[in-house]
Amino acid sequence: MKLQSAIQFASAAVALAALIVIGPSAIAADSIDPAADAKAFQKYFTDKFPRLELKDFVNGPYSMNEDMRRQWQEKEEFPPYEFSLEAGKEMFSTPFRNGKTYADCFPNGGIGIRQDYPYFDGKEGKVVTLELALNRCREANGEAPISYVKDDMAALTAYMAFTSRGKPFDIKIPNDPRALEAFEDGKRYFYTRRGQLNFSCASCHVQNPGERIRAEILAPALGILNAMPIYRSEWGGMGTISRRFVTCNIQTRGVPLEPQSDEYRNLEYYLSYVSNGLPISGPGARP
Amino acid sequence: MASTIRVRATANGDITEVQALIQHPMDSGFVKDAQGQIIPPHFIQQLTFECNGKSVFVADWGAAVSKDPYVKFSFKGGNRGDDLKISWVDNKGASDTTTAKIQ
Amino acid sequence: MSVFQNKVSVLALSSALLIAALSPAQAASEVDFKTAYAAAEAANKEAGRLRDQWTTTQAALDAANKAADAGNFDQAVASAKEAEALARASILQATSEKDAWKALEIR
Repeated sequence: MKLQSAIQFASAAVALAALIVIGPSAIAADSIDPAADAKAFQKYFTDKFPRLELKDFVNGPYSMNEDMRRQWQEKEEFPPYEFSLEAGKEMFSTPFRNGKTYADCFPNGGIGIRQDYPYFDGKEGKVVTLELALNRCREANGEAPISYVKDDMAALTAYMAFTSRGKPFDIKIPNDPRALEAFEDGKRYFYTRRGQLNFSCASCHVQNPGERIRAEILAPALGILNAMPIYRSEWGGMGTISRRFVTCNIQTRGVPLEPQSDEYRNLEYYLSYVSNGLPISGPGARP
Repeated sequence: MASTIRVRATANGDITEVQALIQHPMDSGFVKDAQGQIIPPHFIQQLTFECNGKSVFVADWGAAVSKDPYVKFSFKGGNRGDDLKISWVDNKGASDTTTAKIQ
Repeated sequence: MSVFQNKVSVLALSSALLIAALSPAQAASEVDFKTAYAAAEAANKEAGRLRDQWTTTQAALDAANKAADAGNFDQAVASAKEAEALARASILQATSEKDAWKALEIR
């Protein structure tokens, strides 16, 4: 009996020692290195589509082949988001009841700043997206917040993206463990399979961009947010980043989270960061 | 309110190419809303393009045309600087008109 | 577990009766429905805590409620059981994905 327990103890000790030896290397493999992630992410897409330039990816499926590109060029001559863009411009310059405007809430009067969003707010300890900042601006000025998914929010972000066209995404991750954790959490959300169909964001937008899912051509994840908000012919209207996330979850038969919940904010942070350097092309039009 | 019609007409030699985008819900009357109620039909019935007072393009539309329709066509006989008048009337009697110069 | 065991014994008994009298199996009652529904709802709540509910789970729960309202408890219990199975599958998915997601990551 004594011998047996001694053997048991010894084997437990060996296992523990093995764990200690394995431990540090496993942690090293899991360390958070956003810059390396972004580099690997962009390389994956440029290797997969060697004929595309990096900046082409912001045009989603329209960059994928000659026919689609021609369709896109023709569409851009008379883009379907034009009405929304005009509405957004008007909303943006119309003062709130207290006389202030959206411009008062943003650096540079809100013009040409889309590429800096989302950012990590050290005071709040969380990611702040442009859509969230717009509603916070409304609330700070005594106005009711607006729906995150379409119409007014899409119009406002369309105008703000339009004034920032061509400027490369410039998302910063400060040296703050909470910011790194937010990035990591966004990445986790991006790669985690969910819904009854067992799809992750990556199943479609990393593993199968350019392929068809039913009648649609899947967009590459690289540059996908640069074109937001978008006029989706399928939706028959404009949609925001929030709308894109929510509908993606529903399409995999998953119950979506609340727009601008922590996970979605972190996801936007991750996806925007790995597209750093690619120009803002929003508002966009998609089939 | 801003016009519901966007138009661009360019003369190239003998041919004038026209592109137009119209903001309209174009409800067919066969679609239900989130509460399960039928959305009543609301669509453009006639769309007209006139150049110098003469109709160059008339479309009788129905429920099958998509929301925010886009039209592109070309015609002979337009000149740079001519007026192109675009108007639509829908099944509820609403209408809009705009005039653009051929470029 | 005890409910399950009871069911088994009821089933054994009823099949014995079936052979004897050719009487149909006992129909589900409102109590059966409430038990099955509560189990399904609890599982779906757990999936919610893991941030991975499925739309089909909710659809099955709704179907169970609708059948129960119509007095069709056989169908209501069947739908509630389906909802529980779906919710359990979503929990399994969320649990296994806790680490499995890394396999897909581009490095």
